[in-house]
Amino acid sequence: MSERTLRGRVAIAGIGETTYYKHGRSPDAEFKLALEAILHACRDAGIDPREVDGFASYGGDRSDGPRLAAALGIHELRFSNMHWGGGGGGVAAAVANAGAAVHAGMAHCVIAFRSLAQGQFARYGRGAQAAAASGDDAFLAPYGLMSPAQRFAMKITRFMTEHGIRHEALRAIALTSYFHAQTNPRAVMRGRPLDAAKYEDSRWIIEPFHRLFDCCMENDGAAAVLVVPAERARDMPHRPAYLLGAAQGGHHRSAAPVHNAPDYASAHFPTVARNLWSMAQLGPKDVDVLQAYENFTGGVLLGMIEHGMVSAEEANEFMVPENLRFDTGRLPLNTSGGNLAECYMHGLELVNEAVRQLRGTAPNQVRDPKVAMVIGGPMVTPVSSLILGTEETL
Amino acid sequence: MSKPYLPEGLPAPAQEPIALPYWEGTRAGRLVIQKCGGCGKHQWGPEWVCHRCHSFDLGWAEVAPRGRIYSWQRPHHPVHPALDGHGPYLIVLVELPGADGVRMVGNLLGDPMQEVTIGAEVEAVFEPHDGYTLVQWRLVG
Ligand SMILES: [Zn+2]
Repeated sequence: MSERTLRGRVAIAGIGETTYYKHGRSPDAEFKLALEAILHACRDAGIDPREVDGFASYGGDRSDGPRLAAALGIHELRFSNMHWGGGGGGVAAAVANAGAAVHAGMAHCVIAFRSLAQGQFARYGRGAQAAAASGDDAFLAPYGLMSPAQRFAMKITRFMTEHGIRHEALRAIALTSYFHAQTNPRAVMRGRPLDAAKYEDSRWIIEPFHRLFDCCMENDGAAAVLVVPAERARDMPHRPAYLLGAAQGGHHRSAAPVHNAPDYASAHFPTVARNLWSMAQLGPKDVDVLQAYENFTGGVLLGMIEHGMVSAEEANEFMVPENLRFDTGRLPLNTSGGNLAECYMHGLELVNEAVRQLRGTAPNQVRDPKVAMVIGGPMVTPVSSLILGTEETL
Repeated sequence: MSKPYLPEGLPAPAQEPIALPYWEGTRAGRLVIQKCGGCGKHQWGPEWVCHRCHSFDLGWAEVAPRGRIYSWQRPHHPVHPALDGHGPYLIVLVELPGADGVRMVGNLLGDPMQEVTIGAEVEAVFEPHDGYTLVQWRLVG
């Protein structure tokens, strides 16, 4: 019996994205943005878009696969997949689901994508405006707890307090993203540099760990990757980014109602990280460049800790911008500017950046990386993460 | 009726059938949550099955309205029109040691700028609204 793994079996052969806009500024409808990103990914891979035979997405994307398949005139649709869960928790899972379908022979050429036009639809940072709250929200919304930031803030408070981690560790994450965005032509925050003083002067969104710059932007745009079998990727124009490992899910009762997860002060990666390393046959020290989803900087830190990239005990010392920059960093982080400063494309932009790093074509290129990692939206359930590698990591 | 902690106009909790004993309890000034008839453990929030033993026999039991602050946050950014211009307020996550450590979310009454300590003892305060009663928390002693 062959080993049950995706390691080295599939690769990302094409990446694409639209122009990234501030929220509500896209001149195009969300569905058009999705089409544009997908067409760019196909062009990048040098294939006829009609050859695509599957779509995978997450976060309740409104551009559904069958509608895309019709609009693109694809020959036959073999795989349509939506990953449960809100936000960007499913970004790596969508890529992995595409990969699993390809590896299992259910499809040959699958697009994983995300499209968002928050001018056309509602924003995330305000609560639902309904008069009554039901389900979990009945026990949260009447207390003024409605936004994603608020849903996660008490995990961060608890973890940081328990471990004595100072806010400067989170500041370093924000400064690093903004630093990288300044040299990335795609970045929405290019030309808007951030320094420690500006961070410290920024308004509170939520005390004690969420200043304005700890929170992601909301943006309009779309991004897509094309997943094909590894052997096919070798014949395509770009150096393949092989999927070495992927995992999704959550630990014991991480989705328990009304903040009752037993292991509460968590980004929900303890079991996911274990499964990720196991499939990749790698460990934290092997990662050359890390793209970690910033919904909030606290989630980045927890996700890094739960993947073993840094320990809670060494966080105060390690989490400084010099250790996280593409040029000087021991662990280059969010080299495109990420959700904070490139674009909040629910993390799909992080996958594209991981692929660019392995191709050697990133604006802030890390020197000769072999292994790139993406951590999806922390603190939701299910979460997901993935590892990509160059030919020599196989 | 004293003034509620947060301005009126926030979403009201739907009085859903699965949670009615809780809401009826709050109106009577009692904290009533789910307790499993199979294994005897408390569980929160309202659910159809016991997460431990899979019993569907989830009854309701009054528990001591006392707890400890497990975590907290002080939102400044208004997330709802009713909060525009209101200013910061305190949300606490309270652990109930007398009910198998289940946790409940509420507001911490008093000065919204007060220092909050994880582990501090709190007690429930029943805050009446039009059609429902909220469980709030205040520091003990
Ligand atoms: Zn039970």
